[in-house]
Amino acid sequence: MHELSITEAVLDVVLRHAGGARVRSVQLTVGEWTGYAGESIELFWQELARGTPAEGARLEFRFEPATLRCRGCGKEFPVNGSGLECPGCGALGGEPAGGRDCTVDAIELEGGSGT
Amino acid sequence: MTTTVPVVERVLSANDAVAAEVRAILDARGIYCVNLMASPGAGKTSLIERTVTALKDEFGIGMINGDTSAAAFDAERSQRAGAAAVHVNTAGKCHLEAAMVRDALRLLPLEEIRLLLVENVGNLVCPMSWKLGAHANVLIGSTPEGDDKPYKYPKMYAGVDVVVLNKIDLLPYLEFDCERYLGGVEALNPGLRKFRLSCRTGEGLEEWIAWLRQQVKTSR
Repeated sequence: MHELSITEAVLDVVLRHAGGARVRSVQLTVGEWTGYAGESIELFWQELARGTPAEGARLEFRFEPATLRCRGCGKEFPVNGSGLECPGCGALGGEPAGGRDCTVDAIELEGGSGT
Repeated sequence: MTTTVPVVERVLSANDAVAAEVRAILDARGIYCVNLMASPGAGKTSLIERTVTALKDEFGIGMINGDTSAAAFDAERSQRAGAAAVHVNTAGKCHLEAAMVRDALRLLPLEEIRLLLVENVGNLVCPMSWKLGAHANVLIGSTPEGDDKPYKYPKMYAGVDVVVLNKIDLLPYLEFDCERYLGGVEALNPGLRKFRLSCRTGEGLEEWIAWLRQQVKTSR
């Protein structure tokens, strides 16, 4: 149930930036390394946002695949669970690169601007 | 009419800020803190019992046990071993958050503590995302889980500072390839500290204890 906490954190960020205005939609980036499932965030969102200016706001997700950057040749490659081998040079593993974060990118407010 | 407001804020930045607060409280008092993470049944509480028993006469040890329920079995086990323990009920959440640790610190006799062990909720997916302010993030793996775990949970293995492989006494009965396991760990996290031990037989424990003792001594 890690999406409960993350959705609480999303709501905190959104309300802080909305400055009391009604929120129409929220643009989110969810990196695959985080392991968060969009459907679960959606579910908690409906419950948590109820009674706040973000009630009923639509969540727009952008999913970012998890990648590793090869320490041998520098190639960035997706981690798909089948192995950690670099398709470029065959070296094993690497530095986590893309898809590490979950961010609120923008919010759409009704009327004038927020903070 | 609507207005779009750019935000671009990491959702976990608020947690990170509280983790920095926790770290400042610990550092001000010279307390070395370890965040222990593992899947359920890997031996977190067993390793804690062994550690507390070995070190409690050298310095004060505090414990924060995170659990998804009110059942405080683990905190009781830590207490029996000789640590000042606080049980944190995460109320269903599958990881500890920095604010939970900050609140738990208020319930511990910090002036008597040099080593703080935090037992995270048993889970290999998300605890790594939630920083707690610990000095070392330790992942306890165990041989019955299989040697593929670094390959299946790369995020956990890439983010930790120390890996402890527990239950090595079971190796003769399992198809567990230590080279494959440790090779995967090394590939994701080159040069990290690795221990192989058995909480049941005590084999390999001395190295872990010696390392922890050294960390506590040099942290003040």
